Amino acid sequence: MEVLRLDRVTVTFRDRRVLDDVSLMVEQNQFIGVLGPNGAGKTTLMRAILGLIRPDAGQITVLGQSGLRGNPDIGYMPQVRSANASLRLCGRDFVAIALHGHRWGWPRLNRQAWLDVDRALELVDARDLARRPLAELSGGQRQRLLLAQALIGRPRLLLLDEPLISLDPRHQHGVIELVRQVREALGITVLFSAHELNPLLPAIDQVLYLGHGHLALGPVDEVIQPDVLSRLYGAPIDVVRQNGRVFVMSGEVDVEKEEHCHDA
Amino acid sequence: MLEYDFMQHALIAGGIVALLAGVVGYFLVLRGQTFAGHALSHVGFAGATGAALVGASPMGGMIAVTLASGVAMGYLGDRLQGSDIAIGSVLSLSLGLGMLFLHFYTSYATQATALLFGNVLGVDVDTLWWLTLMALVSLAVLALLARPLLFVSLQPELAEARGVSLRRVSMLFLAIVALATAASVQIVGVLLVFTLMVGPGATAQKLTVRLGPGIVLAASIALAETWLGITLAYVTDWPTSFWITALSTAGYLLASLYASRST
Repeated sequence: MEVLRLDRVTVTFRDRRVLDDVSLMVEQNQFIGVLGPNGAGKTTLMRAILGLIRPDAGQITVLGQSGLRGNPDIGYMPQVRSANASLRLCGRDFVAIALHGHRWGWPRLNRQAWLDVDRALELVDARDLARRPLAELSGGQRQRLLLAQALIGRPRLLLLDEPLISLDPRHQHGVIELVRQVREALGITVLFSAHELNPLLPAIDQVLYLGHGHLALGPVDEVIQPDVLSRLYGAPIDVVRQNGRVFVMSGEVDVEKEEHCHDA
Repeated sequence: MLEYDFMQHALIAGGIVALLAGVVGYFLVLRGQTFAGHALSHVGFAGATGAALVGASPMGGMIAVTLASGVAMGYLGDRLQGSDIAIGSVLSLSLGLGMLFLHFYTSYATQATALLFGNVLGVDVDTLWWLTLMALVSLAVLALLARPLLFVSLQPELAEARGVSLRRVSMLFLAIVALATAASVQIVGVLLVFTLMVGPGATAQKLTVRLGPGIVLAASIALAETWLGITLAYVTDWPTSFWITALSTAGYLLASLYASRST
């Protein structure tokens, strides 16, 4: 079944063409890693899918509906901000504010609603965590609550924007494994943006690589090829495969590592 | 002490304002916007003295100016972030303007102290009605706004993705904060609004991590501190505002101790 379709879409963000006449189609039950150099438009793509940015041309269709802002079929986990790190509110209430959060009224939830919240917490194995205030949790633990929040309302397409940022390798692995389990349990499609491909390799079905207004979608072995990436980077790219790991090189420089340093 | 009209008025006015400030303050602390309450009260000082100068009601002037400023702050939203110096300058200018207006309107000299530090023992029946109306309107709007407000406060991007207008929610909330601030000024004055708006909310969040109980607790703490403060002022003949700030600070310190021991 088709979950997401981009039909000759052009999106401009801050006077720059982030997507330039691109098309793609994504099936159900796919774990897709979204990669690309900094500023390639990973976040912009997600915001466009959410309907927060209107395409200048073309059409974005999510589960048969297009041009809809606030589509309940999409779960979204924005890039983590530090603002909530000092929050003295327990995780369960924090997750619950996303349920019907767009409706007017006093935030009273009925029993069914609390069951929905607990189900989302159960999916990410965070029932115990959710009793403690966010201020007392680690980055990885907060990440789990954010994932639970994104799962509220039973979405069928999950957009995760850089969930690995500022996590150490052990916690990175934990988050990827958790997303993989959730995807398998629910049979939904996940778009997971990241800086580096290698941590994602064991988990993803496909990779969506963005760059210079273009994109490539397909299995890792088809997309991570010198000719495809050279087109996306607009520069000659080598791909080095070693011990099951993949390195995207421009000359002698590992571009993903390079990106990471810029970001820090 | 309840045989005196002024004490009855003080306790009723204090009670109404405490409930309003406690509830609004809880959200203010949760949003990390405590500075907004402080800022609005300063701007209100210029409004109140300016109104007095032209022969209008100081309280009316205060409400009009805080409301307008609150809505403007909500409209500007994120663009205000990081502009501490600009905000600080506007606050100083407001207090300065207030002093200038008082200078021209010399017969209102005692009004300065009342505005700056509060005069809960001087509340008349008219003011009581005003405070009741402001509290009812603010709490009613807040009850309608609470759910999207929490969503926007804790997960702005997600809320936006679900179709909530960040700007509209922010403007409405800061209008409520403006009314609560103008009401609080009647009790503790422009300079001490922080004590009533922020103290109870912050204390409640040290004591419970649940949302519902936190809001109830914030209102209860504000009420207890205000009534106890008025009573202590009656007994000791010291200023009410001193007692309320002392209780508010002591409450927060004790709650912090409790919170650090229980983790």
